[in-house]
Amino acid sequence: MLDSAQVLHVARLARLELTDDELEKMASELSKVLQHIETISELDLDRVPPTSHVVDVVNALRADEPQPCLPRKVALASAPDPVDGGFGVPSPGAA
Amino acid sequence: MSELIDLTAAQAAKLTRAGELDPAELFEAYRARAAGDELNAFTWVADVAPAGPPAAGAPLGGVPLAVKDLFCTEGVPSQAGSRILEGYRPPYTATVVAQLAAGGAPLLGKTNQDEFAMGSSNENSGYGPVLNPWDRSRVPGGSSGGSAAAVAAGLAPWAIGTDTGGSIRQPAALCGIVGLKPTYGACSRYGMIAFASSLDQAGPLTRDVTDAAMLLAHMIGHDERDSTSLPFPGEIALPAREDLRGVRFGVPEELAGDGIEPGVLDSFRATLELAKRLGATVEPCTLPHAPHALSAYYLIAPAEASANLARYDGVRYGLRVDAPDLISMYTRTRSAGFGPEVKRRIMLGTYALSSGYYDAYYGTAQKVRTMIAEDFRAVFEGFDFVVTPTSPWTAFELGAKTADPLAMYLNDFCTVPMPLAGIPAVSIPSGLSAGLPVGFQLAGPAFSESRLLDAAYALEQAIGFDGSAARR
Repeated sequence: MLDSAQVLHVARLARLELTDDELEKMASELSKVLQHIETISELDLDRVPPTSHVVDVVNALRADEPQPCLPRKVALASAPDPVDGGFGVPSPGAA
Repeated sequence: MSELIDLTAAQAAKLTRAGELDPAELFEAYRARAAGDELNAFTWVADVAPAGPPAAGAPLGGVPLAVKDLFCTEGVPSQAGSRILEGYRPPYTATVVAQLAAGGAPLLGKTNQDEFAMGSSNENSGYGPVLNPWDRSRVPGGSSGGSAAAVAAGLAPWAIGTDTGGSIRQPAALCGIVGLKPTYGACSRYGMIAFASSLDQAGPLTRDVTDAAMLLAHMIGHDERDSTSLPFPGEIALPAREDLRGVRFGVPEELAGDGIEPGVLDSFRATLELAKRLGATVEPCTLPHAPHALSAYYLIAPAEASANLARYDGVRYGLRVDAPDLISMYTRTRSAGFGPEVKRRIMLGTYALSSGYYDAYYGTAQKVRTMIAEDFRAVFEGFDFVVTPTSPWTAFELGAKTADPLAMYLNDFCTVPMPLAGIPAVSIPSGLSAGLPVGFQLAGPAFSESRLLDAAYALEQAIGFDGSAARR
């Protein structure tokens, strides 16, 4: 079961900010879902390999040849703050 | 015009190819219907028909296509049902959409969906819920609910969607249409806004099995831009089989008994009787780990989602909420832009991957996944297909399950085992229960789509489902 300190820790990892109401609701909802999910811990899976891919394929390789890419202007067209041909962001160190 | 709307897509394509129907007239008829949509099925509708007729002999005949919002389409809003992508117009088009356009299915509109495909009722859309055309007080299912409702209501001749844990098959069942989830890797994921990359697959939502086969034939194939896509062995032929002689149906006790609504079970059993009359053998089988599929799914899918959705950070596209420093900008943007269900899944996934919990949750889920695939492999040694009800119940009322996330997740009980195993499955309408459509699901081994569609077609002919009431 998750307490609010754990929920806050996970929210910080996920870069989410929760209001007090959201925090309380999230803790109870996630606990209920996890309680259902935890039934898988009853299975004996010691010798079972985890799935890495569902279809039997070996490496997917292609020739390493240059291809045209998006023009800079097009790539920046949806940017909230294009600056000098790049993506503008607030300083990591500010605040 | 009502005659036009009553044609299946395959019938319409045949007429346009023969020069007996003007594709521009067909496009405009559907464009007008989609523009007058009262179900909130569309988030964007084309203004005009594409210039010029489809290329001579284009097999899809210029029959317009509705596309789930999360497929990137160049210059057209592609928001994945999320406010964090409001107004986003991608600079490129998803491979399957491009392939279908090249085959002669031009873009009619973008359809509403649960935000980032997370949901089973369409109530998680950032753009409002979609209504079920059979009963507007009920949900259409999800997450491809807009595509399903649009096809059922005759607002689109055919549509595509994506399925991660049932997001094509379940809304198809609840809206009385056909929905197919292909084998993992059959269709390119390039340009699909990602939810859970090891599970997501594109597929058709159509009025009948023939239409599904026609669309699928143009969706499959290896794409250099998706390294998990594979060359499809063989071709997708139009289904023609009228009997099921020699076909072995396995009915897994774990997915076809407890927890299924009585009306759904009645329709399921009646369909099994029909299958026997067509010559199929119907025997019980067992998928011992299937009851744990939901748990594995709700660890694996959120874990992958938590990584995939890290890209929504206010830097390159979509919403930005300004803040004095970078981390606060990320956090405020994501908190404002994501809806409650998306936040819940990001939290669940982040927790399942976090230090100290990874082995107990994510690692264990991936082992359960191995066992589920093993269960199917064992069953397919003695059976051609596994058959189950698609959804445990028919369309429920708006708001009925929104307060309880776990109850909502149980919608996916019969549909999650197949994507975990990477195998294809199709839902066809098997009848009505209290006036609402019921779906019958057939699943087969990897790359068995042609056989699967053939069997579904034989059943479809025998069932004779009439979906015309939803188009009125």
